[in-house]
Amino acid sequence: MDTKQLKQKIVFTIFGMMSFVVVAILVIILGFIVFRGIGAISWEFLTTAPKDGMTKGGIFPAIVGTGCLVIGSMIFAFPVGILSGIYIHEYLPENWWKKFLRMMTNNLAGVPSIVFGLFGMALFVNYLKFGDSILAGSLTLGILALPVVIRLTEEALKAVPDGLRLGSYALGASKIQTIQKVVLPVAFPNILTGLILSIGRVSGETAPILFTVAAYFLPRLPESISDQVMALPYHLYVLATSGTNMEETRPMAYGTALVLVSIVLIINLSASLLRRKIQKKNKMN
Amino acid sequence: MTHAEVKNVNVWYDTIHALKDVSLKFEPNTVTALIGPSGCGKSTFLRLFNRMNDLIPSFRMDGTVMVNNQDVYSKEIRIDEIRKNVGMVFQKPNPFPKSIFENVAYGLRVNGINNKAVVEETVERSLRQSALWDEVKDVLKKSALELSGGQQQRLCIARALAVEPKLILMDEPASSLDPISTARIEELIFELKKTYTIILVTHNLQQAGRISDLTAFFYLGELIEYNLTKKLFLNPDNVQTQNYITGRFG
Amino acid sequence: MTKARRIYEKIVTGILFSSSTITSLTVILIVVFLFREGIGLFNTTPTEKNYVIAVSRQNTVPVITSNELADIFNQDITNWKQLGGRNDSIIRLTLNDLSGIFTEEELGPNLENFPQKLNEYVKTTPGVILYLSKEYIPKNFAGRIIPVKKISLLDFIFGKHWYPTSTPIPQFGIWPMIVGTLMVTFGAILFALPFGMATAIFMSEIAGNRLRTIMKPVVELLAGIPSVVYGFFGLVVLVPLIQRLFGLDVGETVLAGSIVLGIMALPTMVTVAEDALNSTPKSLREASLALGASELQTLFRVVIPYAKSGISTAVILGTGRAIGETMAVLMVTGNSTHVNYSFLQPTRTIPATIAAELGDTSFGGVHYNALFALAIVLFLFTIIINLSVEVIKNRNKEVNQRG
Ligand SMILES: Nc1ncnc2c1ncn2[C@@H]1O[C@H](COP(=O)(O)OP(=O)(O)OP(=O)(O)O)[C@@H](O)[C@H]1O
Ligand SMILES: [Mg+2]
Repeated sequence: MDTKQLKQKIVFTIFGMMSFVVVAILVIILGFIVFRGIGAISWEFLTTAPKDGMTKGGIFPAIVGTGCLVIGSMIFAFPVGILSGIYIHEYLPENWWKKFLRMMTNNLAGVPSIVFGLFGMALFVNYLKFGDSILAGSLTLGILALPVVIRLTEEALKAVPDGLRLGSYALGASKIQTIQKVVLPVAFPNILTGLILSIGRVSGETAPILFTVAAYFLPRLPESISDQVMALPYHLYVLATSGTNMEETRPMAYGTALVLVSIVLIINLSASLLRRKIQKKNKMN
Repeated sequence: MTHAEVKNVNVWYDTIHALKDVSLKFEPNTVTALIGPSGCGKSTFLRLFNRMNDLIPSFRMDGTVMVNNQDVYSKEIRIDEIRKNVGMVFQKPNPFPKSIFENVAYGLRVNGINNKAVVEETVERSLRQSALWDEVKDVLKKSALELSGGQQQRLCIARALAVEPKLILMDEPASSLDPISTARIEELIFELKKTYTIILVTHNLQQAGRISDLTAFFYLGELIEYNLTKKLFLNPDNVQTQNYITGRFG
Repeated sequence: MTKARRIYEKIVTGILFSSSTITSLTVILIVVFLFREGIGLFNTTPTEKNYVIAVSRQNTVPVITSNELADIFNQDITNWKQLGGRNDSIIRLTLNDLSGIFTEEELGPNLENFPQKLNEYVKTTPGVILYLSKEYIPKNFAGRIIPVKKISLLDFIFGKHWYPTSTPIPQFGIWPMIVGTLMVTFGAILFALPFGMATAIFMSEIAGNRLRTIMKPVVELLAGIPSVVYGFFGLVVLVPLIQRLFGLDVGETVLAGSIVLGIMALPTMVTVAEDALNSTPKSLREASLALGASELQTLFRVVIPYAKSGISTAVILGTGRAIGETMAVLMVTGNSTHVNYSFLQPTRTIPATIAAELGDTSFGGVHYNALFALAIVLFLFTIIINLSVEVIKNRNKEVNQRG
């Protein structure tokens, strides 16, 4: 083997080892959370409220709270995001308005989540006087998810071959008929995958709900959208940093982390599976 | 002396049997045209000589391929050594996004030749051989992407010549060019034949007739007929060849 | 087309149009609200409402800045001469200091004599400075109320002290947070860049199909883990480890933040860089290999130069991810608002400061405004990042179009 070959072997081995480190990081983090958290998981943990200064009991209100927030934010983000995506991709010609919308969407996607939290507090909580509430929190999270939903819709529409549209027009269908009957059915599975991913993203966010809805300790379930709720990510933050009795809250924290990670990963995994299924189906066609 | 030779070669991609028991010999300083309908295995055959097929994971082969009396697929031989001795020109001009000069110098540099005088001399010689020198000698620093398609293709030929290969493979080198650029490439091939052995894939039968000495007709992975070009076009031995060149299929 | 149909189509188009407008509206609203609340910081004097600062009539210092005020009450400034006034040593007087100067009898049981006594005291004490609630200031006040300068943008950005709740005067210098943010981000990139690039290269150039199908979900999973979980992991594993490894008093350091953020920036970097590497045309790779180049040479001489702009985008987007990240850094960098230039000391980033303090502020107060001003700074960072991505993209488009 000459130096050229040897050099390649060495460099590629180093790259391989570094990627192995990345895999190891994931395995260590997940392994650690599972290993430490599994002991805390029980039926009681999942179905009761925390008690005794959050050293005992469970996380049921936080699970319900996160559920409410996810549903609330999606009620806002899905329709608005999908419709915007359709409008931007199918309707707008390449003009300054489209460029402007694109730029705004990209900018929104790059805004840090804490800024969304701040904005939500200023607009929904203080200005519109919703107070700390599911409504304010859901809208804030919804706005955070909006650019994600728009982008995934656009991507899905882009993947629909132009031939289908032209074929439909050639048969005398109008633009809206074409979109409804031809484009959307084809794009639907991809849109769905993206939506699932955005749910995963939203359910793990902490910073946007910090000042718009999240309650430090609230062992009952919400009754209306103007109630505060506990939420899993914030609950984990509280347990990890501000418990009165750190030693005894730790197991609760590990359990909460495990539940949170499991929820998010199950959501992501189902999106992955769905995508793989779609890809396989496309290949067969 | 035989320059390149293929003996009893079979190629598969997964389950596709792309070449079936093909044997062929190439003489030095000749142009051989490979013709045949799309998907018959011309590119696959061409890429045997510099082992470019190895890049495709599903590729499998048996049989022998010899270049300069060396077994190209033997374990002892180094793949970059083979590729250095076999030049290749692709269907679409594919210059690197570098300067004209660096494009031609690339093959030298990756093979460890960095001596300034040697590099400059080789670049000039290769550009002259590919009939591009007069057009670019003042703008060698310019990006190769700013050249026209025909110029880019001649640059790619110069790039291949710079490493002084014995054998040059061309896969439809003029199919993406306009008629005038095509004519220039054909002239160039005619010139290059004096120094090199050339194997050329083409869909253009007139082109094959104009510039090649020998022609091989492939069909469904089989070598149907290999003959002097004149003979093959005027009076082929095989009826399938006859059908193909008279346009009855393919 | 029937009339009903036409109307229906009009309506649908209208709905689509309004939806798309909401996005732009949101961005504009965010900007408006951030600035509306944040600008407030520069329009008010930072003293608490209903409180005044006063000096003796003999005092020649016309106005005072909040930094000077803070220094006076920290006893860093002890003589009016230091502020360009007369040579009088400064005597501070707040409600807490009363007992040292007046007896209880003098003041009366409910401080009813205080205004009068105060007047006498101010007349005889040229070096005095008062910080008192307005209600204690007599009508015929013998001293002079000295105006406090508004906070300037320079003080805000380059001020080294962040004491948002201290009395009599809070201080809003965000330099410590800017340094903290930049250091943590820089450290994160230092970690994520080599590992991210190596992984992207491994996935697109070296790994076979099977390994790639393992790596892809790994990267996706890393991207999916919520930031609190990273923070929690950092807090219980990384922080004690760093503390022990370097023999520190506290493990919550810039370093801990950098590592956690580096891990979090990895997926963005890997995905974008891998896309960029994959976008290099197959024909260029083949041309290089056909000339006898090794895969490594092809990688460094053809693939990476071709993917350059995509790779820079990857780095910039990774940086953006790191700069804006809140919860994880908040949990592992320790909450120190002192200026710190060491990787082994605690710090606090801009987003972490907002998250840590916003809950304690009152709506419309100076502190509240200051945190919004901080958010504007963060927002500007992200705008710069977005713009540079845009610029790179456009430039790349130009270059490729020429080809
Ligand atoms: N990368 C690949 N993977 C799987 N099958 C391939 C691959 N490349 C070629 N084949 C198959 O091998 C056969 C021969 O292909 P090849 O490209 O050699 O044909 P060709 O004669 O060059 O065609 P064309 O004139 O269209 O370039 C075809 O059936 C093709 O489908
Ligand atoms: Mg071919």
